Amino acid sequence: MEYGTLDALVSTTTLGAARKGFRGTVVSVLPIEGVGRLPADEMERRLVEMGFIEGAEIEIIHEGPIRRDPIAVRVGSATVALRRRDALAILAE
Amino acid sequence: MPNTMPTGGDRTARVALIGAPNSGKTSLFNALTGSNQRVGNYSGVTVERKEGTATTPGGHRLSIIDLPGTHSLRARSPDEEVTRDIVLGAYPDVPATDLLLVVADATHLRPGLRLAQELKRVGIPVLLVVNMIDIAAARGIEIDLDRMSAELGLPVVASTAVRKAGMAALHARLDRMLDEGLAPRGALEWTHPTATDLRAALREADRVIAASVRLPAAPRTATSVIDTVVLHPVAGPIILLGLMFAMFQAVFAGAAPIMDLIAAGFESLAAVVEATLPAGLLRSLLVEGALAGVGAVMIFLPQIVILFLFILLLEDLGYMARAAFLMDNLMGHAGLHGRAFIPLLSSFACAIPGIMAARVIDDRRDRLVTILIAPLMTCSARIPVYTLLIGAFIPARDVIGGIGLQGLVMFGLFAAGVVSALTVALAVRLVFRRHEIPAPLMLDLPDYKLPRLSGVLLGLWQRAWTFLRRAGTIIFAASVVIWVLSSFPLPPEGATGPAIDYSFAAAIGHLVEPLLRPLGFNWEIAVALVAGLAAREVTVAGLATVYAVSSPGAAALGTALAAEWSLATALALLAWFIFAPQCLSTLVVIRRETGRARWMWVTVVYMFTLAWLAAFATYRIATLLGG
Repeated sequence: MEYGTLDALVSTTTLGAARKGFRGTVVSVLPIEGVGRLPADEMERRLVEMGFIEGAEIEIIHEGPIRRDPIAVRVGSATVALRRRDALAILAE
Repeated sequence: MPNTMPTGGDRTARVALIGAPNSGKTSLFNALTGSNQRVGNYSGVTVERKEGTATTPGGHRLSIIDLPGTHSLRARSPDEEVTRDIVLGAYPDVPATDLLLVVADATHLRPGLRLAQELKRVGIPVLLVVNMIDIAAARGIEIDLDRMSAELGLPVVASTAVRKAGMAALHARLDRMLDEGLAPRGALEWTHPTATDLRAALREADRVIAASVRLPAAPRTATSVIDTVVLHPVAGPIILLGLMFAMFQAVFAGAAPIMDLIAAGFESLAAVVEATLPAGLLRSLLVEGALAGVGAVMIFLPQIVILFLFILLLEDLGYMARAAFLMDNLMGHAGLHGRAFIPLLSSFACAIPGIMAARVIDDRRDRLVTILIAPLMTCSARIPVYTLLIGAFIPARDVIGGIGLQGLVMFGLFAAGVVSALTVALAVRLVFRRHEIPAPLMLDLPDYKLPRLSGVLLGLWQRAWTFLRRAGTIIFAASVVIWVLSSFPLPPEGATGPAIDYSFAAAIGHLVEPLLRPLGFNWEIAVALVAGLAAREVTVAGLATVYAVSSPGAAALGTALAAEWSLATALALLAWFIFAPQCLSTLVVIRRETGRARWMWVTVVYMFTLAWLAAFATYRIATLLGG
């Protein structure tokens, strides 16, 4: 494994833990089986349908009033509201 | 066999409109069909079916169907299943589609372009309509339609559905396509896309956009400016609460002058009838039965129109999704999905569209809970009852800062509906769904759009007409039935008490009364409540008829009630109406939407139980406090 790849892994954060104002690029969309009610592959398809694909530019533009949840994420020309729990599947740098 | 389909005068081309939610599909449908549209249901499911006809400038006849909005043919909800089945030609009573109009939002092309690629594989000719091109142009977004068409391999045309001139290009293109003849249906190559397929399609859409669209540098749109305030963690909820409060004040205070006018109109109508007809059964039927009953309900039309005006405006504006965003966490604690906010808010107008709107929730259990609590939201049919009782028993004085006590009580009743709905959802969650993981929330926050006056007016008219039709049919019939029940049998010769004491209505009322006596309800209320099982507002008509018959020539109904009932009784009746499932149509819709009679009975039992307990507690406490 090249060092570059490792650096990329170190500098990634999950969108679920990021704060308002976070800007980045999607590194991977990988829901984990059992975390949500939906099967992981269905969750992955839905996130992709909303525009979350590797390389997409994203920015957290709003946080919900209670416990900063859900978050509103700008992705491409769309704004999508996600719960933090569901956003954990999205890794960004 | 001809390889092109004959079009022109002899054959109507069947066109299906398909697009992502918020793509302006419905306004395009309205622009194409004008008033030649009808709304119904697909057989077997309660998905709204909108169909219309149109004739192009070139004389081609089109039969257009507006499909429920969808991101893909993957069908995750009953709505999307209908869309998929019609597109794939698998829906039983819809003839095969000849042409698919894929609607894409010019300011947000990605979902539309992705959907168009998926639909290319279905085997039906596709025309991509880039809608809202005017908004895109105003934002400095430049779209090269020819390039897009070449990259995509599909014909592309731009439109502005909300302006006449904006439809010219689409009409011209449709005429050209129909003159040339549409290609016959090809082979069906569509398969369920995997996540990899979806990624590839999205990348392809991005490639097409990169090749054919020039975006202005970092646009700070009005939407993002508004959202910094509207979605602010502190200001946002305050604005939401303020909007709700303004809505209820407008419903209560704003409608009053028009309501007085309608009431005066019915009174003078009754006076005319009394002046023309001799005293007798016919005059009694017309004045005390039909006019008293229908009039008592008709005066609430202004309030219902104002309520729907707010809901339609907020919906068109794009605020509803923001409200769902702000409410999601709170609703999540109650075991509800953020998306449930929209069905529940619609239920403020009427539980029926609310229950049907619950179809946007794709998780079956979340949807069921939303359906079961939707009737607890204060629907517009409760407004007549609330207004009558508040007007009669709550003094019209200012509390603090010009806020009326009556408006405040009204707000309290609405709040009680919301709180009890959330409490029931929470109880369901704690008892039955303790270990469930919540379903995901993925909500598109669309750009704000100025509502179109014509669209809002059309929507208002449809709602007002539904109400008027109910007043003219169910409520009219119920008023007449109640009049018959309270007039017959005629009192014996030489009877001393009021005539109604000898009637069937009195017998029914006395029969039910023991059940309701602990709540402080008399037999007149019992009659009205039995009648009100048909619909809540019939209760008002029922009271009007019962009291008009028992004391003809009495003043306004409110005054009569204030004289007859104690405050405790009135408050208990208000509490009863927060909970009681007094609406047959809602129960029928619950049965249809859940597919099981069982859930309808669950609703009946739990709501009547709550109503009885709440009214009982209210009556006892109010009596203790000296009501």
